[in-house]
Amino acid sequence: MAESGAADRIIPHRAVRWLPVWRRNLRVWSKLALPSLMGNFGEPLLYLLALGYGLGALVGRIGDMPYMFFLASGIFCSSTMMTASFEATYSAYSRMAVQKSWEAIVTTPLDVLDVVLGEVIWAATKSLFSATAILLVAWALGAVSGDFAVLAIPVALLSGFCFAAMAMVVTALARSYDFFLYYNTLGVTPMLLICGVFFPISQMPAGVQSLAWALPLTHSVALARPLITGAAPENVLLHLSVLTAYGLVALGVAATLLKRRLDA
Amino acid sequence: MNAPVVTARALTKMYAGVPVVDRVDVDIDGGECWGLLGPNGAGKTTFLRMLVGRTPPTSGDIQVLGHHIPRQASAMRARIGVVPQLDNLDPDFTVNENLRTYAGYFGIDHGGLRERIRELLEFAALSQKADAYLSTLSGGMLRRLSLIRALVNAPELLVLDEPTTGLDPQARQLIWQRLRKLRSEGITLILTTHYMEEAERLCDRVTIMDHGRLLDSGHPRALVRQHIEPHVIEVHGEGLQRWHEETASRLAPRHEIAGDGILYYLNDERPLLEALSGQKQFSFLHRPANLEDVFLKLTGRELRDG
Repeated sequence: MAESGAADRIIPHRAVRWLPVWRRNLRVWSKLALPSLMGNFGEPLLYLLALGYGLGALVGRIGDMPYMFFLASGIFCSSTMMTASFEATYSAYSRMAVQKSWEAIVTTPLDVLDVVLGEVIWAATKSLFSATAILLVAWALGAVSGDFAVLAIPVALLSGFCFAAMAMVVTALARSYDFFLYYNTLGVTPMLLICGVFFPISQMPAGVQSLAWALPLTHSVALARPLITGAAPENVLLHLSVLTAYGLVALGVAATLLKRRLDA
Repeated sequence: MNAPVVTARALTKMYAGVPVVDRVDVDIDGGECWGLLGPNGAGKTTFLRMLVGRTPPTSGDIQVLGHHIPRQASAMRARIGVVPQLDNLDPDFTVNENLRTYAGYFGIDHGGLRERIRELLEFAALSQKADAYLSTLSGGMLRRLSLIRALVNAPELLVLDEPTTGLDPQARQLIWQRLRKLRSEGITLILTTHYMEEAERLCDRVTIMDHGRLLDSGHPRALVRQHIEPHVIEVHGEGLQRWHEETASRLAPRHEIAGDGILYYLNDERPLLEALSGQKQFSFLHRPANLEDVFLKLTGRELRDG
């Protein structure tokens, strides 16, 4: 028995060693895909219908944009944040601290960095699922226009990567599930409210506007909203750079902290 | 085959300035079953963590299968299997999916895998459970699954941290049989255990560790011969202390007080047995010296709750 597998043993290349971690999570997800997809489609549909029609009737237009368009493109971005944040905190923490799945993985050729990368890319992938679902729902409701809406999808992936990496830093520091409430209350919810998802940033005092521009969700919205509603985004390089920088710095910090935590 | 599989020199790990593993030298030969014994907090788990490249040594050197650890740990881990102290199987998956997913971490994902998994399930008597979820498996089955999971990559070295802790006697027997089979196939085994009986049955060589230091090492029977007189008589009963002082202490070269009893270590057991035959108020057990006697002699009897 010792011989039969020895010949075909290949050490996965460093650059793709995160892939089996990602595939593990995909395998688990695919078992529960139906309820998960239902959440991906059902929830944005409810938000868009309730807020879009209910609030939209009062608001009418924002600039020359129907409120439904404004809202759909905003929720497209906030969903990447919500999905990636949940996956990279609660779900990842379960795998790390409760199921000890990571402990098992790091006794194979894979190491902590591979696990962190696999988890972050997985959470970004889930963001992609939910953002795509929202785009389809919005399109079915007639809230998508222009030929470049499909370009919003890679933006969702980058945005998901950025928020997943940030959430992974929180997971690296967490000692229990309760810890995530700090991040949700002090990080995620404020971003949801001030970064232009539900109403324009220009509605807020100057100080809050400056703060909003320092946060990644604002840049995600600044890219995706014009693409989805048929306009040309401005300062593309700046927005891409902010999202990428947040993502890469957070990834580095998360990897360092988790390496210290797990490989002490 | 008999090239050293593990070579450690002055291997040291400090936590907060305190040595947990303290200048340890180890040579483990290919094909042997090497057991590491020690009380809780002796440094066994930290030693194993350094061995598999999970934590860097503070100083000293360790090579496993010719790889420098931790620098080449990934390449080394592709060639070894690890059975952890606590099962960390994946509860989201069936037995079969657990094995397939774990094989994926080694980059094994091809036609031969199905056959390999079939063999492994058979080896662990789990063929009937291939598509079962873990919640339907007994503790012994989960342990066997952990064992074969560590074999998916056909390792040359298997590291087992307390492989049978918490199992019933039947389940332990089955694990022992399988480990002996692996050893007979030439796989090197490294195991830690709290069960002296397990070490005596499985290991070609045991090493006793305490306070981060290796105290002694050798074949279980050789260690017993070297440290303990061949006969042990354990005596309990009312008035034992007085009888000990007046009679027994002259008949036994060495004794030890353990709780409410006294253990006598003897080269010639007959005089003490004769003296005991007139003392009906005592209960006693005459037995050959064993590894536990060695262990307790070297590491002491006080409780370790660390």
